[in-house]
Amino acid sequence: MYDVVIIGAGVTGSASARELSRYSLNICVIDKEEDVCAGTSKANSAIVHSGIDAAPGTLMAELNVKGNEMMEAWSKELDFAFKRNGSLILCFSEDDRPNLEALFSHAEANGVPGCRIIEKEELHQMEPNVSDEAIAAIYCPTGGIVCPFGMNIAMAENAYTNGVEFRFNTAVRNITKTDKGWKLTTSNGDIFTKVVVNAAGVNADIFHNMVSADKINITPRRGEYCLLDKTAGGIVSNTIFQLPGKYGKGILVTPTVHGNILIGPTANDHDNREATNTTQDGLANVISAASRSVPNVPVRQVITSFSGNRAHEDNHEFIIKELEDAPFFVDAAGIESPGLTSAPAIGVKVAGIVAGLLKPEKNPDFNGTRKGILDPKSLSEEDYAKLIAEKPAYGNIICRCEMITEGEIIDAVTRPLGAKSLDGVKRRTRAGMGRCQAGFCSPRTMEIISRELDMSQLEITKNGGKSNMVVGYTKKSLEEA
Amino acid sequence: MSSYDIVIIGGGPAGLAAAASAKREGIDSILILERDTQLGGILNQCIHNGFGLHTFKEELTGPEYAQRFIDQVEELKIEYKLNTMVMDINSSKEITAMNRTDGLFHIQAKSIVLAMGCRERSRGALNIPGYRPAGIYSAGTAQRLVNIEGYMPGREVVILGSGDIGLIMARRMTLEGAKVKVVAELMPYSGGLKRNIVQCLDDFGIPLKLSHTVIDIRGKERLEGITIAQVDNHGKPIPGTEEDYTCDTLLLSCGLIPENEISRSIGVDMEPVTSGPIVNESLETSVEGVFACGNVLHVHDLVDFVSEEASAAGRNAAAYVKAGGTLGEKSREIPITATCGVRYTVPKKISVNRMADEQIVRFRVGAVYKGCYISAYLNDERIIHRKRQIMAPGEMEEIKLKKEQLSGFDGLENITVKIEEA
Amino acid sequence: MEKRNLTCIGCPMGCLLTVELEGGEVKSVSGYTCKRGDDYARKEVTHPTRIVTSSVYVTGGAIPMVSVKTANDIPKEKIMDIMASIEHVQVKAPIKIGDVIVPNAADTGVDIIATKDIAAV
Repeated sequence: MYDVVIIGAGVTGSASARELSRYSLNICVIDKEEDVCAGTSKANSAIVHSGIDAAPGTLMAELNVKGNEMMEAWSKELDFAFKRNGSLILCFSEDDRPNLEALFSHAEANGVPGCRIIEKEELHQMEPNVSDEAIAAIYCPTGGIVCPFGMNIAMAENAYTNGVEFRFNTAVRNITKTDKGWKLTTSNGDIFTKVVVNAAGVNADIFHNMVSADKINITPRRGEYCLLDKTAGGIVSNTIFQLPGKYGKGILVTPTVHGNILIGPTANDHDNREATNTTQDGLANVISAASRSVPNVPVRQVITSFSGNRAHEDNHEFIIKELEDAPFFVDAAGIESPGLTSAPAIGVKVAGIVAGLLKPEKNPDFNGTRKGILDPKSLSEEDYAKLIAEKPAYGNIICRCEMITEGEIIDAVTRPLGAKSLDGVKRRTRAGMGRCQAGFCSPRTMEIISRELDMSQLEITKNGGKSNMVVGYTKKSLEEA
Repeated sequence: MSSYDIVIIGGGPAGLAAAASAKREGIDSILILERDTQLGGILNQCIHNGFGLHTFKEELTGPEYAQRFIDQVEELKIEYKLNTMVMDINSSKEITAMNRTDGLFHIQAKSIVLAMGCRERSRGALNIPGYRPAGIYSAGTAQRLVNIEGYMPGREVVILGSGDIGLIMARRMTLEGAKVKVVAELMPYSGGLKRNIVQCLDDFGIPLKLSHTVIDIRGKERLEGITIAQVDNHGKPIPGTEEDYTCDTLLLSCGLIPENEISRSIGVDMEPVTSGPIVNESLETSVEGVFACGNVLHVHDLVDFVSEEASAAGRNAAAYVKAGGTLGEKSREIPITATCGVRYTVPKKISVNRMADEQIVRFRVGAVYKGCYISAYLNDERIIHRKRQIMAPGEMEEIKLKKEQLSGFDGLENITVKIEEA
Repeated sequence: MEKRNLTCIGCPMGCLLTVELEGGEVKSVSGYTCKRGDDYARKEVTHPTRIVTSSVYVTGGAIPMVSVKTANDIPKEKIMDIMASIEHVQVKAPIKIGDVIVPNAADTGVDIIATKDIAAV
């Protein structure tokens, strides 16, 4: 019997787990995928929003601004990549100026510091590649960019080292009330717990509705993106938004913390929560809308495209509370953008609610600091040389595009809550995330995973389940051996 | 910091040939830096035959062809470092490299030969919509898995792109027991060699669908199927022509891209058409003493031409070093204009007094031409007019310019290479 | 008179050949630019042959597979028999280019030989 079971190992679940690990509680995070950060948390804009967009007075607005404030400290404590690069919201016509001003008024209401409206000349000084048609913009200096994988994995690893258990490949089929708490029927056996935290992202309504008469509805809202080569980096330094429309914040053009350019997302409501496919129309829209903001965005340098489903709740508001008709069942539902930004604040809020229910002791061994995978490129030449002398694997480049060494991949695979798949390695190290998209490095990464985890290459998957990379041997002689 | 007269970046066919020829020209201080575990480059996994007809007058497999050059490098006692990644080269020809044993180290070169080769265009770069399951490989990655490691990437295969590696892999996968269902090619012609279409597809009854592309990819974990559709003249899918295929593997053979990240760090000027450096008659880039050859310069059809070109680059690098860091006095550089069906030329400019008695100019055409002529003009005067039964984008073409003719031409301003109908 | 169109594979030229046959006998070949085209066409319509390449399992080397080929052309219809003949083969490093891996493979009279050096490690 656990004290707390958290459904979902995305940013929301992982942030909650990390904050709950401050207490002496028996906690388990379960996820239907094979790794943390395998759903919406891995496929989004990677933006730390300033908080100007959210409707004043909403929980979304409150947690966005709080999360933004917390991000710097969390990125240092947990060692993930974050940069406050600033954001610009473009206005393309005088007709839209009233909308720009209306949005600007949110800044004060939401408590977003430092925002101001800038006119064309200043805009183009700041961002020479932005469209000439942009006549003004809101500048939000607190806007930022983050590595969503790095952040999610860091929070989960920190929770894990502070005693939180993680169970993967565990899909919840049913939740029922028991005398002492909750029973979760899963694909991986029954799990009993006092408290459930529902951080199931796009599936959160399913679990909510299993236990509550007060139904909620979440619609998967597809967002498609294109990622551009690092050679396109530098075309903008701020995150470039357009004035928001009905379906959210529109298509953005942003640098990533790793120096690529990301464009997207589309916003397309559909009915398949698992559908993470891109579409011809979607990708075409991304490219045309991004070109409106930054006309010379080099779309020929696309290195990959992807799509994620935002968990759009009908009222477009975060639902973070214990359910009235289901005591000890805590929702962290409807977490769509700015969910990534808000994650630290959501984690604190969820932990507060759960602590209020269970009145736990503090965890005396809690250590809130986590060290990420060492990036040897960050070292001085002298220290790098020393490192290779000690651990020669750091002198062996596996991913040529991102210059990722064998040492980093070994670290990713062998560290707490380590990677078990190619995508797991990719999200932890960036091996395979470059311009050749794992063409060269995947066979070599498979060798390393196979060796370090003592598993046959036939068992190695791209991302768990049946996503095996190879299906057999070419010759019977290899099978016989 | 150690120093060498010539450092060669890459120990594939280009690097090996460049090293051997530079050594034969009398340069002793040569170092090859190779990132893989062995010399020979991509030839090591190209186990099919058909290499070396021009160079050795016999048909070799890739590993055999490579070994001939590796043997030369060994016999000539040329130094090389394996498992070594070049991290950076600056414009003063200072190289930063790394491996397990030497750690991070620097080398000062008098001359550098760029021979890094190329990589395959990925699914991402093609921007094919759909899911991103396991089972989508570039043809070269599959080739490595099958030929070197003995793994089957899948059992039911669709191939997009009829480049040579794709065709070769259609045969390899078939021979190893997979079912190759179709090869789809975006263009109205194949980018591969004729012999490969005959021996890799026709022999096994594998259909080649020209003017077709993949428009959807299904399967969340492992690939389950794809949809192909016919495309119009602009490469846009034509509604109503969709065909679904069940498959667990999609191999991509959609073009090769020269790997010039290092060239850019040196600061050499690039040619957008080839994605390789711009070079002069000596295969020298815009940075003096830095030469380029092989697939990093422009993607070749036959390795024989890579070896030939690389030998020239090695010779020129040797000449540069022997003359104390110069190729000799440069006369005005005459630009070569590629037009009317000729996509580019290598070299792109010629300094007449530095050129060899006979200068090879290589290029590719942009479409299929039957019964047309390759023409070369000095200013307005046509000096070459050679009929070709067939020219296709998949195959390299060449002309030879004679120094005698160029130096004897008064007021030479430009050279033009074009395709003419008569 | 039977007419067959072929693409010459002798070199990258890929000459388009036309063969005229009568009663299984080659009457004429046209379209070639060198003698190889003529030879190829005559052979391809009467007894087509191929070089087969693959790789076989090798132990004791740095890589698990050594590439191999038929030392000469084999009849085209024997391709899959050749493949079957190496299905269970296992060899041991060191291997040198030219080493015979399977003698007289599939009774073709042609050996399968190694095309790569594999040092023992």
